[in-house]
Amino acid sequence: MKTRKRSNAPIFWGLFGAGGMMAALFGPMLVFITGIAVPLGLLLPAGTMSYANMLAFAQNFIGKGFIFAVIFLFIWHAGHRIHHSLHEVGIHPGIVSKLLTYGLAAVVSLVAGVALLGLGF
Amino acid sequence: MSKRRPYVRSMDGWWKKNPYYVEYMVHEGTALFVIAYTLVLTVGVVRLGQGEAAWNGWLEAMQSPLSIIFHLVLLAAIAYHAFTWFKLFPLTTPPLVLQGKKVEPCAIVRAGWTAGVVAALALLVIVWGIAA
Amino acid sequence: MSEQKIIEIEVLRYLPESDQAPHSEVYKVPFTDDMSVLQGVQYIKDNFDGSLTFRWSCRMAICGSCGMMINGIPKLSCETFIRDYYPQRISVEALAHFPIEKDLVVDLSGFIEKLEAIQPYIIPKEPRTVEEGEYIQTPAQFAEYIQYTSCINCVLCYAACPHTALSPDFIGPGAMALLHRYNMDSRDGGKAQRMELAASEDGVYNCSAVGYCSEVCPKKVDPGNAVNINKINAGMDYFLRFLSPKGGAK
Repeated sequence: MKTRKRSNAPIFWGLFGAGGMMAALFGPMLVFITGIAVPLGLLLPAGTMSYANMLAFAQNFIGKGFIFAVIFLFIWHAGHRIHHSLHEVGIHPGIVSKLLTYGLAAVVSLVAGVALLGLGF
Repeated sequence: MSKRRPYVRSMDGWWKKNPYYVEYMVHEGTALFVIAYTLVLTVGVVRLGQGEAAWNGWLEAMQSPLSIIFHLVLLAAIAYHAFTWFKLFPLTTPPLVLQGKKVEPCAIVRAGWTAGVVAALALLVIVWGIAA
Repeated sequence: MSEQKIIEIEVLRYLPESDQAPHSEVYKVPFTDDMSVLQGVQYIKDNFDGSLTFRWSCRMAICGSCGMMINGIPKLSCETFIRDYYPQRISVEALAHFPIEKDLVVDLSGFIEKLEAIQPYIIPKEPRTVEEGEYIQTPAQFAEYIQYTSCINCVLCYAACPHTALSPDFIGPGAMALLHRYNMDSRDGGKAQRMELAASEDGVYNCSAVGYCSEVCPKKVDPGNAVNINKINAGMDYFLRFLSPKGGAK
């Protein structure tokens, strides 16, 4: 019988699933808050995303963790999904498709992680 | 000699051949919008680290009409992701058995959508609570 | 007697001995309301061109041999009726994602290899002698896998799944449903061996949850769910194997 290699996909698939769940639960409301409500001054108190507020939030252990979880899981979710999609439109799995998707996810995670750590606690 | 010559059909444009596949590609495509939004957030985090002026610049950019329209598009796409994510639950998750009976697929989907709405409202309330 | 109605049936023909590539031919077939697409194709073979090649046997949706793309959708031609398409033209093509052997007949050897690979038979947990009696199973244990026993290997799910063509080594929905069927059987002890295959690079993670396999399944086996359940199973084993190694997977 043909010997088959165990797939390492569970790592990427797991991140895809966790990120997809996170995006399904909080994605629409996050976009509404940061991209529509706050910029237009709707619904939420004035200064919801003021420098002082956001700095305090991002310096708080839970706040920092939440921001990182959102960025990290969203980008790995989307990266994995696009990796499949590239295969489906004829850009088959290889170094190019991996750099475009998982590579991007790794870079974004790193940038966000470094920036968040730089904000201190 | 064998006269066999199996013909392999091309897969080019396979997803255009059936409305079911088109919808699949659309909901998979929401990932592009998730990437766009993640980049917006990441830029925000970086700007926050660069001080108050940089952060206010980011907030101002978010107020431009172009940004508002862009975020309305993101909202639609990511809401569609949420809608389809739960809609696929009967396919992607193990059957749920309650009191010895298999829960109907449509009940699972409805529970998912409800969870999505509750989570969104909870997030709004929490953000409101922190800000107030 | 009602007046004779005529349906146009467009068949994708491929004759490996003379054709470089498949081509379409349109036949005008007289039909009655009780005629299936399979009967329409049989009419063509009997009256217009005896070389037209296709598979069929039972004519009652249980042998699983007459699958075709009918207007682009994988269907059993014996339970698809011409009257539902009339007066539009019906197009008939060999099942998608498989190599065409001749006309409407596809090369199933790849599928057969996958079917063999999943070991579609009970591998007893503890072999019993005749004297020891039968393997006892409760109705609840039976209910765990009954759905998957309905598979008739018609491979419509493969014709629905783009990944079976994009990644030809992918075990695919139908074989995975049968793999799951035996894994879920309380009498079976072969799960570890089968999961090695499900967790491999040819396994479940080739699936991106298109879900069309389950839509087209004529027996409501829901092969897509079997694939996705085993993504979770293989994923759990991937991360937990260091804590509680079960053997089997390498």
